[in-house]
Amino acid sequence: MELRSYIIRRLLLLIPVLWGVTVFIFGITMFFSPIERASLYITDIKQISALPEIIALYGLDKPFYVQYGTWINQVFHGNLGWSTVGGMPVWDAIWHFLPATLELAIFAAPLIVFTGIFLGTRAAANKDKPVDHVTRILAISGWSLPTFWLGLVLMMVFYGYFRGFLPPDRLSFWMDALVNSDAFIRYTHINTIDAILNLNGRVLLDALRHLILPVITISTVNIAFIMRLMRSSMLESLGRGYVLTARAKGLDERTVVNKHARRNALIPVITVSGYVFAGLASGAVITESIFSFKGIGWWAYQAASRLDIPSILGFALFTGVLFVLVNLIVDIIYTRVDPRVRLGGTVQ
Amino acid sequence: MTDWKFTARQLVRNPLSLAGVIIIAIFVIIAIIAPLVAPTPAGARDPYLIPRDGYTAQPQPPSEEHPFGTTEGQYDIFYGVMWGTRSAFRVALIVIGITILIGVVLGSLAGYFGGVIDEVIMRITDIFMAFPWLILAMAIVAVIGPSLRSVMIALCAVWWPSYARLIRGDILQVREEDYVEAARGLGASSGRVITRHVLPNAIYPALIMASLDVGAVVLSAAALSFLGLGAPEGYADWGQMTQFAHNWIVGPTNEPLKYWYAVTIPGLFIFFFVLGFNLLGDAFRDIFDPRLARR
Repeated sequence: MELRSYIIRRLLLLIPVLWGVTVFIFGITMFFSPIERASLYITDIKQISALPEIIALYGLDKPFYVQYGTWINQVFHGNLGWSTVGGMPVWDAIWHFLPATLELAIFAAPLIVFTGIFLGTRAAANKDKPVDHVTRILAISGWSLPTFWLGLVLMMVFYGYFRGFLPPDRLSFWMDALVNSDAFIRYTHINTIDAILNLNGRVLLDALRHLILPVITISTVNIAFIMRLMRSSMLESLGRGYVLTARAKGLDERTVVNKHARRNALIPVITVSGYVFAGLASGAVITESIFSFKGIGWWAYQAASRLDIPSILGFALFTGVLFVLVNLIVDIIYTRVDPRVRLGGTVQ
Repeated sequence: MTDWKFTARQLVRNPLSLAGVIIIAIFVIIAIIAPLVAPTPAGARDPYLIPRDGYTAQPQPPSEEHPFGTTEGQYDIFYGVMWGTRSAFRVALIVIGITILIGVVLGSLAGYFGGVIDEVIMRITDIFMAFPWLILAMAIVAVIGPSLRSVMIALCAVWWPSYARLIRGDILQVREEDYVEAARGLGASSGRVITRHVLPNAIYPALIMASLDVGAVVLSAAALSFLGLGAPEGYADWGQMTQFAHNWIVGPTNEPLKYWYAVTIPGLFIFFFVLGFNLLGDAFRDIFDPRLARR
């Protein structure tokens, strides 16, 4: 199938997914009475007498489909509503919080994927030898670690014991002031990249110091996950006929493992890596809240716990788009890794 | 039956899965003997509420009276983790029981009847799986109000799609078998064919997956409790206790690790509990995946 028509067909799939997710979330919020939802608009107790007006203004007592229709209509006019948590329109809030999350993902994703693949390959190539046992135990332990607890313990040691060596937040106070001053141009709002573009070593160092713990926290579980997947995929691949042929030809073990077996073993790992990246980019809720690393996940958590309905719906649209896009990219990468796979079809 | 004996022997022979079995056994014992080693004080309303020893905010280090020390508000950590084991098993059993039930009903409808029913159910699972489960669970808990019960409801709501899909897939295979065809030919109703012939032969993968999901469910419930959406303050729940220690990760300047016990102990219980089930799960996967077992 031609690439372009395939992409268009896949993008059309976005419509039912986004529709479903938003109807579901909208449906949940309907459990609240109109008065409860109207009171979310109130900022001052004196406004309480205005509740009926607010209900009438936003049509909060209308049937479900009318309210949902109003919301969809707004969205098509480019208005996602007001995010109380962010203190700005939802659309702006997404762009405001996204850079922090992307920064985390940019550092964590390569670490996760490459370490996971490397360890998984090593373990499978040395099955039942000490290397395999050690990596396996590490992987199962890492996979069992509660992320939130790991974050707290890391912070206890590196922030508490080492006297604020690796602090929470995105930047220290002074660096934050510097970054937001006129002397510093914000190209991307991703601190490390901006620091490099501004040739400012101190900001770069400070940003990295704040990144280390969140990146470790979020990577541990995911590395363990990718490593386990890679190991079993690699074991399967190593038992195939072409590996036997390669060995029989007298190729050295390194070439057999790295060239022949690994290429095929990568296929399931690529799919899952796509999901891992989508998960990272849609916000690491727990990691971001522990380290008050204010990204999309932090925002979504605040929105969910404070019932900021427009924000939750905006976040739902954002993640829906992200997951469909990542899936599409993964499918296209497939065709590069495994030429037998054709777009829109099965393995031939 | 011999299959099960064979499996059991393999589990005990492998040191990793043996460790898993031992860890799980220890937790089962803890859950059973919790009332003996951590007796509920007379006159307590609910045994799951941790008894307090005073109202000082500062956690107190381990002592004879409080073997693991006390956390903020003088809640006894030892009592909390012992009864927390019971909470963990309770949450896991309820959530998994309900998700399997939903999964079996929807999965068999989708797999057995196919067509429009299948399409609708599968598209619904797609929607659920395209959305980060944690946020969905958080939104659900926020709506019905934070409590351990809400956490269980939210986890059921986000967990069932994977079971529905698994069971549907197995049913698709089994329904083509000759004995199913024979039952249908003899005039059995759809309900009877599903419950008597298809399900008993299709449900094992789901049951195995469920037993291994115990750790994951407990971990997720703990994460929600940690985010302040689960058990109330002072409830014997590991996630809630970790959240409670959040304010005490950094001690005074001369003793930065002063409150280590309040931070680490509840988390260690979560870790070992999940580890036990994951160790067992890993071994199960090797045994039940014949492609790997041969090597």
